[in-house]
Amino acid sequence: MSLKYESQLREPLVYGNKTYHQVTEDIVRPIEAKPTKLWYIGFFISVSLLMFGVYSVYREVVYGVGEWNLNKTVGWGWDITNFVWWVGIGHAGTLISAILLLFRQGWRTGVNRAAEAMTIFAVMCAGQFPVFHMGRVWMAFFVFPYPNTRGPLWVNFNSPLLWDVFAISTYFTVSLLFWYSGLLPDFATVRDRAKTKLRKLLYGIASFGWTGSTKHWQRHESLSLVLAGLSTPLVLSVHTIVSFDFATSVIPGWHTTIFPPYFVAGAIFSGFAMVQSLMVVIRKVFGLKDYITIGHIEAMNKVIVLTGSIVGIAYLTELFMGWYSQSKYEGYTFWYSRANLFSPYGWSYWGMMACNVLSPQIFWSRKMRRNVFVTFFMSVLVNVGMWFERFVIIVTSIYRDYLPSSWSVYYSPSIWEIGFYLGTFGLFFTCFFLFAKYFPTIAIAEIKYVLKTTGESYKDKMEGIENENVEDFAHKHAH
Amino acid sequence: MAKKKFVVGCFDNEDVLFSAVKKVRTAGYKIKDVYTPYPIHGLDHALGMRETSLHTAGFVYGILGTITALSGISWIFVKDWPLDIGGKPHFALAAWIPIIFELTVLFSAVGMVLTFCYLCQMAPFVKKHHFHARATDDLFVMAIECTDVTNTNDTEAFLTNNGAVEVKTEIAEDGWWFGRYDKEEMFFESKNAVA
Repeated sequence: MSLKYESQLREPLVYGNKTYHQVTEDIVRPIEAKPTKLWYIGFFISVSLLMFGVYSVYREVVYGVGEWNLNKTVGWGWDITNFVWWVGIGHAGTLISAILLLFRQGWRTGVNRAAEAMTIFAVMCAGQFPVFHMGRVWMAFFVFPYPNTRGPLWVNFNSPLLWDVFAISTYFTVSLLFWYSGLLPDFATVRDRAKTKLRKLLYGIASFGWTGSTKHWQRHESLSLVLAGLSTPLVLSVHTIVSFDFATSVIPGWHTTIFPPYFVAGAIFSGFAMVQSLMVVIRKVFGLKDYITIGHIEAMNKVIVLTGSIVGIAYLTELFMGWYSQSKYEGYTFWYSRANLFSPYGWSYWGMMACNVLSPQIFWSRKMRRNVFVTFFMSVLVNVGMWFERFVIIVTSIYRDYLPSSWSVYYSPSIWEIGFYLGTFGLFFTCFFLFAKYFPTIAIAEIKYVLKTTGESYKDKMEGIENENVEDFAHKHAH
Repeated sequence: MAKKKFVVGCFDNEDVLFSAVKKVRTAGYKIKDVYTPYPIHGLDHALGMRETSLHTAGFVYGILGTITALSGISWIFVKDWPLDIGGKPHFALAAWIPIIFELTVLFSAVGMVLTFCYLCQMAPFVKKHHFHARATDDLFVMAIECTDVTNTNDTEAFLTNNGAVEVKTEIAEDGWWFGRYDKEEMFFESKNAVA
C-alpha cells in the first residue's frame, strides 16, 4: 500500500493537505447545502428547453415525420446528425472510467463520476432520435427479436441498424451498472452522515445497505476491474457499429473503410470536450478545484489535441482517396460537395475543419492547455465542429443523388426539428443539474484510495525518498 | 440471522490497522470483519480471506451470452425463417459478430452485478447493522466476534494497546433485514423470539 511509489515529477492529484474526513466534507457539501439561486436558474432553463422538446416531439408523433423538412433525397437530416453527435459525446465517460482504469491513470479518479453521468445522459438523449425517426414510434418495440404473431417475423440480424439497437442498449445498460456500482459506497457515505430523516431514507435505499466490509470491497474491486475490461472493447464497438450504419452502405462519402477508427477518435474527441465544458463549471461552482485540478484539465486537453489530430488525418485521407480512387462519384462528393467552399454546403465542411482540426492545435502550448478560459471556449468550439462533422457526412453525401432529377433543394431544418434537438439539451442538462445536486459528483472512495500516494502533503514526504539512492530505497521498503 | 456480541475497535491509520489485524489474529480472536471507507489492498489477505471468484462467474455469464446469441440467431436465420438476402448464405457468421459480442458483454455485466449484489446481500431496502457511522468516512472499524469465554474488557484493552482510537462492546444483529435507514428499529427487536 505505502509501497506504491509516485515520482515527485508528477503533480499531486489532490491539492491541499486533506484528511479523509475533509475529502468527505468537500464532496458532500453541495448535496447537504441548499441549492443556490444559480442552480434554480439553470434548472429552470433546462426544464423549459425540455418542455419545448417534448412539444416538438409531440407534433412529430401526431403529424408524422413530415413535420421535419426531410425529403426523399435527404432522409437523414438533423435527426440522425444529432443522434451520432450525442452518442459520440457519450463515449468519454466510459473511456475515462474504463480504459484509463486499465491503463492505471490515477487522474481519472477526479473526473470519472461526472464523466460517466454525462455519458449516461448523452446516450439517453441519443436514443431519442432513431426512435422518433421511425415515425410510428408506438411500434418501436418491433426492433427487438421476440417470438411474435407476425409470422414470427424476425428482425434482420445482418443489418447494421439492428446492430446499433444492440450496441446502444448494451452500452447504456453496462455504463449504468458500472456507474451505479461505483456510487454505492459513496451513497453509503452520504447516508451515514445524513442529518435529516428524508436524506437517511433515500440514501439508505440507494446505498443498498452498503457497510464497507472488506469482503465486499474485495468483490467490488473485482467487479470494477472486470466491468472496466468489458467496457473497453464495448466503448470502441459502439461507435464502430454506429459508423457501420454508414460504412456498409454504397453511398459515396459513406462507404469508406476508415470509418470505424475515425468515428471512435471523433467520439473521444467530442466526449472529452463535453467533459471539459462541464468540469470547468463544476469545479468553479462547487469549489472542487483541489480535486479537479489544472493537471486534470491539462491531461484532458492532451487527449483532445491527440484525437483532434487523428480526426484531421482521417479528413485528409478521405480527400486523398476521393482523388486517388478516380471514382467520379467519390470525387464529386469530396471535392465538390464538401471541399469546395462555394458549393451549397461547403460552409459546413470548412466550419468543421476550422473547429476540429485547426483550433485544437492551440493545445500544443502548455500555457494554453492550463488556461481554464481557453479550455472552456475550445471545448464548445470542438463540439460545434463535431456537430458539423456529422452534418457534413450525412447531408453532403446524400443531397445530390446519382440521378440529378432527384437532387434535393437546399435542406434546412424545420423549427420542430430544431426543437427536438434543443429538447435533448434540456433533457441532458435537467439530468445533469439533478445529478450535481443529489449525487456525489466525485468518487469519494476512489479519491481516498489515491490520497495517500498522490495527495499534496504525502507527496512532500516523498522528497526524502526521492533523494535516496536506489539500493537504500530497495533495502528499506521491499520485503 | 442471529444476535451476537461484538467488541469493536476503530482505527484512524491504515498502518496501525494492519499491525493490529496481525496481532489480533495471532492472539486467537475471531475478526468478523473490518469496515473501511475505501478498498485497502492487502487487507483481505491479512484477514485470511480467499480470493473472490466473481470474475469467474463473469466469464461464465459471458460465455452464456455468446451461446445465446449465436444459437438464437442461427436458429432464426437458418431454421425458423431463412431470408434470402441477395442469395447470400443463411449462416452469415461475420455479420453476426457485432450482436454476439454485445450480448456477451451484456450477459457478463448484468450477471456479475446481480451476483455481486446477491453475494454481498445488497438491494434497495436492505438494512444491516453498522458498528460505526464513520466507517464510511474516515475510520477503519474492526469487529471481533465474542465467544462464551471472551472477556470483553480484556479484548477492549488489547485493541486500545494496539492503536485503536475508540473501542466499545455491542450486541448486534449479524445478518441483514428489510428496513429503512431513517428508522432506528433492529431486526431482533421486532422479532424478539430470535436470540
